[in-house]
Amino acid sequence: MSTDVCSLLGCGIDEEHAYEQSAYEGPLARWCPGCGDHMILAVTQRLLFEEQLRPEQVVFVSGIGCSSRFPHYMKTYGFHGIHGRALPVATGIKLTRPDLHVFAVMGDGDCCSIGAAHWIHAIRYNVDMVAMLLDNNIYGLTKNQTSPTTPQGHPSNTQPRGSYLPALNPLTATLGVTNASFVAQTADWAPGHLHATLEAAYRHKGFAFVRILQRCPVWTPAVFRDAAQDPKRNEILVDAKGIHDADTEKLGGKLVPHDPSDLHAARRLAEDGGAVRLGLFYRDESKPRYDETRHQRAFAAEERIRVLDQEFDRYAV
Amino acid sequence: MSTTTTIPPRARVQRSKEHILEVVSDSGEGAQKCGQSFGAVSAKMGNGAWTVEIIPAEIQPPPRTPGSASGVRIRIGEREVTNWGDEADLCVAFNEQVLLSRHRLGALKEDATILVENMWATHDDPLVRTAWEKAMEELSGRSYRIVGVPMEEQCLAVTDNPRRGKNMFILGLLAWIYDRDMERVREQIALQFRKKSPEVCSKNIELMELGARWAEANLDFRIEVKAVPATAPMVVMNGNQALGMGAMAAGLDLCAMYPITPATSVSHYLGEVFESVGGIVHQAEDEIAAIGAAIGASYAGKVAFTVTSGPGLALKTEFIGLAVMTETPLVIVDVQRGGPSTGLPTKVEQSDLLAAMFGQPGDAPKVILAPATIEECFHCMVTARRIAESLRCVVLVLSDANLATGVQPFVRPKLDPRWQATPFDPAPVPEGMRPYEWDERLGLSRRFVPGQPGGMFVATGLCHDEGSKVTYAPEVNQRGCEMRSRKIAVFQQTLLPPPVSGPDEGDLLILGWGSTKGAIEEAAERARDEGLKVSSAHLSFLSPLQPGLPDLCRRFRQVMTVEINYSDRADAPFVAAESRRLGQLAYILRGQLLLDVDCWTRVPGEPLRPGRILEAIREKLSKGVAR
Ligand SMILES: Cc1ncc(C[n+]2csc(CCOP(=O)(O)OP(=O)(O)O)c2C)c(N)n1
Ligand code: SF4
Ligand SMILES: [Mg+2]
Repeated sequence: MSTDVCSLLGCGIDEEHAYEQSAYEGPLARWCPGCGDHMILAVTQRLLFEEQLRPEQVVFVSGIGCSSRFPHYMKTYGFHGIHGRALPVATGIKLTRPDLHVFAVMGDGDCCSIGAAHWIHAIRYNVDMVAMLLDNNIYGLTKNQTSPTTPQGHPSNTQPRGSYLPALNPLTATLGVTNASFVAQTADWAPGHLHATLEAAYRHKGFAFVRILQRCPVWTPAVFRDAAQDPKRNEILVDAKGIHDADTEKLGGKLVPHDPSDLHAARRLAEDGGAVRLGLFYRDESKPRYDETRHQRAFAAEERIRVLDQEFDRYAV
Repeated sequence: MSTTTTIPPRARVQRSKEHILEVVSDSGEGAQKCGQSFGAVSAKMGNGAWTVEIIPAEIQPPPRTPGSASGVRIRIGEREVTNWGDEADLCVAFNEQVLLSRHRLGALKEDATILVENMWATHDDPLVRTAWEKAMEELSGRSYRIVGVPMEEQCLAVTDNPRRGKNMFILGLLAWIYDRDMERVREQIALQFRKKSPEVCSKNIELMELGARWAEANLDFRIEVKAVPATAPMVVMNGNQALGMGAMAAGLDLCAMYPITPATSVSHYLGEVFESVGGIVHQAEDEIAAIGAAIGASYAGKVAFTVTSGPGLALKTEFIGLAVMTETPLVIVDVQRGGPSTGLPTKVEQSDLLAAMFGQPGDAPKVILAPATIEECFHCMVTARRIAESLRCVVLVLSDANLATGVQPFVRPKLDPRWQATPFDPAPVPEGMRPYEWDERLGLSRRFVPGQPGGMFVATGLCHDEGSKVTYAPEVNQRGCEMRSRKIAVFQQTLLPPPVSGPDEGDLLILGWGSTKGAIEEAAERARDEGLKVSSAHLSFLSPLQPGLPDLCRRFRQVMTVEINYSDRADAPFVAAESRRLGQLAYILRGQLLLDVDCWTRVPGEPLRPGRILEAIREKLSKGVAR
């Protein structure tokens, strides 16, 4: 494809320049040492580099939280908004600028608590974007409060005798919403799998929901310790149509065959069952996309005025 | 031009500069259609007209109850009509219960003429007959002139379903009384039923003509309100339609909203037509998401607006602050209703001014403007979009339920393509330029849009410097606040003083804003006719304020705002200078300009009547206190 065709189609690949990886790298990230967000950032930058996206065609939208600092460390456009509301902003961007590549980065408090209404509706709108849930099972930025995904019994500053309720499961919740089109889970400690997952999510036409299990060595050092240190405990969903990462699959975790078009099986597998399951739970690209359905061509000013003038005829006295 | 029917010798013609009539029925009986057609025909003939709907609180209230009163009030005049007026001169009621509702609300003149369906007097059901008798007894306390009209009985001659045809019969009756141009009435009916079969249309015309014939044979009065056909082409619509059309004229791309009365009908209107100019109405999952989507679209180079009412404005608060902080252009329309809380969902109030101005925690300077007429509802959208884009700021438009449902003819605007937003330019950002490179004097900076090479930056609600880098350095926050404020100050320099209606000095100046303009000006004019030295001025901009107010106020002995929001009466029990709560514009004027401004405000859930404002003026001038 020539550059012109590319830019016309908005696919964002510019054959004239090859972008270096550094073209996507912003200032040094200020997360704590050992924070899982560092790896997620690096893998994301790598993906953009491999896809050779034009940095000006990419927008990272976030809410508020440690994880929501993400856009600042990219060298693309970014919108660091307010707590819980990344998805409405991302929806507004993609709805009116389908040529842009939109990524929404959220924390578990951000997405599953204060922004839960938007989360449910964004799944249903199925607007073409990558939604990354950086789930550390805790409120990180505000220093250790219980989040909806905090494991039951895990103490925090707001629930020092342990979280009272069973944790909310973002996967079953997402899979329960009508019109869900892409649901995957991956982890910061499995970079190859993380990469393959983000790549599949980026390529997916629709709302690609990726829950990324993210280690927070400061507040929840224990929640993913076993899973990260002993990958054999994890289960990897495998299928020809699924997400494939040889490195992760070699680590000795149980390989669970799963056809990602099977919604019922996906829901069953997403249920908590002890082991951490990584992989593509569900994908259906035939689901209607709100951004596509609502797409409007651009009208010139004169054209708009002409239509409006006719509209005035209807109200003429 | 009007075709004169032969007037029976006994029909007395009463000439009047203006007249107020109401048509009320049970909800669903079509009084609104009848009234609106009458209003449209009157406007076409060249009368000034203001039409406002009478809306029951429930969707399907029980019939034959005062609560089911649904209909329309039409005020027609020789000249332009700017408000709904005082009490009605004439009322057509489809049953005595809906009539009672108008009576109890004090909507009818002491000597109003009432035309009421009389079949209820002799109804088979004794309960109905008793209800009728009781109602007549209650009404007899006034000197109404009540005329029974056998509406359904008459309509039976043309249709088997007279309940549904009555409204056209009444249209004919009114057309005869007010000597409307019959050809125009027929055209109006044809227009109204254009989507129905020709038989339906001709049947309705037949019913209308029947009404006119019945009136001619049975009524002994007619009313003449001279009409001077307009020379300029006119259009007629309500304020929410005008806002929607204004959005299209301004070249807005996205209307993101969540349904809320009385704002929703803007999106109903746009839902029908916006796509024909490439626009999108996005019904979001809530008001927060709606403004979020609008901000996203604006950040991405489009200009978006969100439309809501009080409770929705409350929800949007945090995002408004974000738009201010990120300097994302945004138009917010608040069609105000009664508050606080769910308040009076369908009724007018002007209680959101302070919330609009100060509702966001932190310093959030913005532009606030308020249309005063239906015509201004159209033009203000163009203005709002332009300001939002050129200042990279939030513009809040305060309309209200009175404008939303009021229908008034106005001169058809000459549309101009330059009103439209210019599509964003994807050219690279000049080397080295930063996203908030404020011009020190003006506080203005250039907007970068995704897609522009070299412009990559992260918009953030955190304190940031010119490069949008997050920093908590004390001087940076001071400077950011200063720059966001300065551009508003710069903008204020472009505004004109509010024009004065009446002499520019005197004993009392009334200041108002929004939909009360017509009623205030009318009241002041009537006061001047009584010899009182009263003038008025109406503010189009509330933030920043227009220039010239201190000078203007000094030329009057007293200054008073008139507003539809709550304030304590100065002489109310326990009220002291420290505790007296003021009208919202009064607060602003006193705080901003150190002016001794009093206020007279009411929250009746209906537009202010000019007669009531006149009383307040008289009180104020005789006692120094308006009650
Ligand atoms: C409206 C609002 N409420 C509360 C906060 C405070 N707050 C900031 S981040 C946060 C939670 C962060 O947790 P999470 O979303 O899981 O992100 P993390 O820091 O763990 O990445 C809270 C409660 C806020 N900024 N805004
Ligand atoms: S507190 Fe936890 S989540 Fe936040 S930066 Fe530190 S390690 Fe990461
Ligand atoms: Mg978290």
